[in-house]
Amino acid sequence: MHIHRLEKIWIIIGTAMLVVFLVAIGIGAFAMGNHPPGHTSAIKLDPEKVYETPPFDNPGLEKIGENEYNAYIVAYIYGYNPGNIEIPVGATVHFYVTSADVVHGFNIPGTIVNMMAVPGEVNEMTYTFDEPAEYLLLCNEYCGIGHEYMATTITVKG
Amino acid sequence: MHKTTDSKLSLAHILVAYVALTIGGICGMLQGMVRGGVIELPLGIGYYQVLTAHGVLMALVFTTFFIIGFLYAGMVRTTGPLIPTVNKIAWVGFLMMTVGTVLGVIMVLLNKATVLYTFYAPMKASPWFYVALVLIVVGSWCALVAIVSQFRYWKRTHKGKMSPLFAFMAASTMILWFIATLGVAATVLLQFIPWSFGWVDTINVMISRTLFWYFGHPLVYFWLLPTYMVWYVILPKIIGGKIFSDSMARLAFILFLIFSIPVGLHHQLMEPGISPTWKYIQVVLTFLVVVPSLMTAFAMFATFESFGRSKGAKGLFGWIRKLPYGDVRFLAPFVGMLLFIPAGAGGIINASNQMNAVVHNTLWVTGHFHLTVATTVALTFFGVTYWLVPHLTGRKFTKKLNRMGIWVTITWAIGMVIMSGAMHIVGLFGAPRRTAYTTYNDHPVALEWLTYERVMAISGTILFIAIILLVISLIMMVRAPKGDEEFPIGEVSEAAGTTPAVLDKWWIWIIILAVLIVFAYTMPFIDLLNSGPGSKGWVTW
Amino acid sequence: MDARRDQMESKQTYNGNKQEHGQDEPLKGTFASVLMLGAFIAVSWIGVFLLFLYRS
Repeated sequence: MHIHRLEKIWIIIGTAMLVVFLVAIGIGAFAMGNHPPGHTSAIKLDPEKVYETPPFDNPGLEKIGENEYNAYIVAYIYGYNPGNIEIPVGATVHFYVTSADVVHGFNIPGTIVNMMAVPGEVNEMTYTFDEPAEYLLLCNEYCGIGHEYMATTITVKG
Repeated sequence: MHKTTDSKLSLAHILVAYVALTIGGICGMLQGMVRGGVIELPLGIGYYQVLTAHGVLMALVFTTFFIIGFLYAGMVRTTGPLIPTVNKIAWVGFLMMTVGTVLGVIMVLLNKATVLYTFYAPMKASPWFYVALVLIVVGSWCALVAIVSQFRYWKRTHKGKMSPLFAFMAASTMILWFIATLGVAATVLLQFIPWSFGWVDTINVMISRTLFWYFGHPLVYFWLLPTYMVWYVILPKIIGGKIFSDSMARLAFILFLIFSIPVGLHHQLMEPGISPTWKYIQVVLTFLVVVPSLMTAFAMFATFESFGRSKGAKGLFGWIRKLPYGDVRFLAPFVGMLLFIPAGAGGIINASNQMNAVVHNTLWVTGHFHLTVATTVALTFFGVTYWLVPHLTGRKFTKKLNRMGIWVTITWAIGMVIMSGAMHIVGLFGAPRRTAYTTYNDHPVALEWLTYERVMAISGTILFIAIILLVISLIMMVRAPKGDEEFPIGEVSEAAGTTPAVLDKWWIWIIILAVLIVFAYTMPFIDLLNSGPGSKGWVTW
Repeated sequence: MDARRDQMESKQTYNGNKQEHGQDEPLKGTFASVLMLGAFIAVSWIGVFLLFLYRS
């Protein structure tokens, strides 16, 4: 099959560029801990019983270290439990998120915290808040008629 | 060319497509204006109802109907009149799809299916909405049977010959569509319908999402492959050049068939329950499907350059000046091609594993698909319409029509570039997609988005003007003087060489595809089957 | 009929490679164009990658 010389070179260059991208994100994900949110979580929930199932029977912040927290958050129509979260600057927060009803988003604009809150599943993402600010935490997955009101704040004090 | 039942078949599909585009376009303009804070919707109409209608009509109805109508016309052009059984199956398919469409739209208008075109569980629409989806999908399978049967008829009556390029590509497209729709058919038939009728209490949300996106990614290649068909097979004839390479074009389509399906997880990168390993593996497969598009880019430039040099163009880029920009049959697809550069670049970014967190569910994604399907694919289809409808109705593609087409192309391109540009930028600032007007209680982050949202409103209106011009064009087409308008089919360049027969033997490639699907999806699927009791239905609108 | 004319095209017996491999037709403009396309992809990808790292 005849392939033009310049086309062969282009395919090699193009593929090489894609390989470089894949290696960069592969290293980031598997060697430097920047993998996408969620893994095969051991916790599978009955969404009807979310508030009876640990750890969501006690939603909120749980201090586990010097400036390190687990945040157990339940998304619901149309807010987050708990809302208006406050944490000290420099805190590392491990977010554990689920939904009490339909699929919601869990997004903090300006950060890479952007994941899906799915009923029956637990999603997780870790983030260190280095800057004091009032962050918006909003739902970016259509969930119903009140979707555009679904947001709360995360205030980083310091 | 006088109206035969074959041309009526194509025209029927094209008519439904443009009715859908027009209604969908009204919806789009209204959405832009609501989101930009310009209007509030009257009569108690919900933003999310309008959004559902817009997505379904544009991304499912306009596309599917136009594509199938176009493919039938091209099959007739390259393989002869449809054999009687094929013609009958095709009409049955059209009726099923149309009934399904009408039923689905009624459900949306009645506010019983305000679930957006992705209808994610556990939001639960009326069961008749899901029945409507079944009718549309099964109707489209009739088109699969029709086109593949016509293709096989041609092969049987031309033993040992390489199939016409258009026919090969049309059959590839429908085979890809069939294998892809198995996923959405499975979730709708086995999950949504029993659940929405109340025969089962709960639904496994993650399985339904995974089956949907198994379908949802190749869906975009169902849109893209007919677009590429226009570029590969038709544009060379329109400009007066030759098809650059028959074998590379077929190879590209085979690579699309193999690599566009086992990659759906790249739409689920931010979801729980799926291991990072399998997400990454499907990202790697996704990057492989970029390669046939890189090949297509080369082939397109090569077609233009060869043509330009054959007309005496000199220098590195002299050939650019030789192209017929004054002919909408070329201009519209060409502008679509150019805008595919940022469109495709954005797609690679979206699929890049953890990087998806920057853009997931923001307006960047909306900007991306308004460039890809709503510009590249749509403009190519508009460009085709200007000669296809005259061809099918036995009328001429007149100079006046051409001028209208040029205006449509320019207006559409300006509207889309501005709107999509604003969406990409405001998306990077975190503005969510699929969300009505809000400032989240005047939060400073959200207030930053307002200017961009106003720009989106204005450009959405520009796009609606283009649709008005398009509708006027369609009316002009059916009143144009009678005549013979060609269906342009290119010839292959002599420099292209022979095409290996293996590229015409699908069984090999379908088996490879099956192996890849099993490889890419078995473990993630098994992980998701092991879940909790599932979700009951919610009606949140 | 159009279809019969196009059967001529379907006979892919172009063993008339008028050029040998060493004499592929001139496609320098094509090559330059795809390299620019590649550069666009690279620059936009790197931009978002850096944004990702910055927001991490």
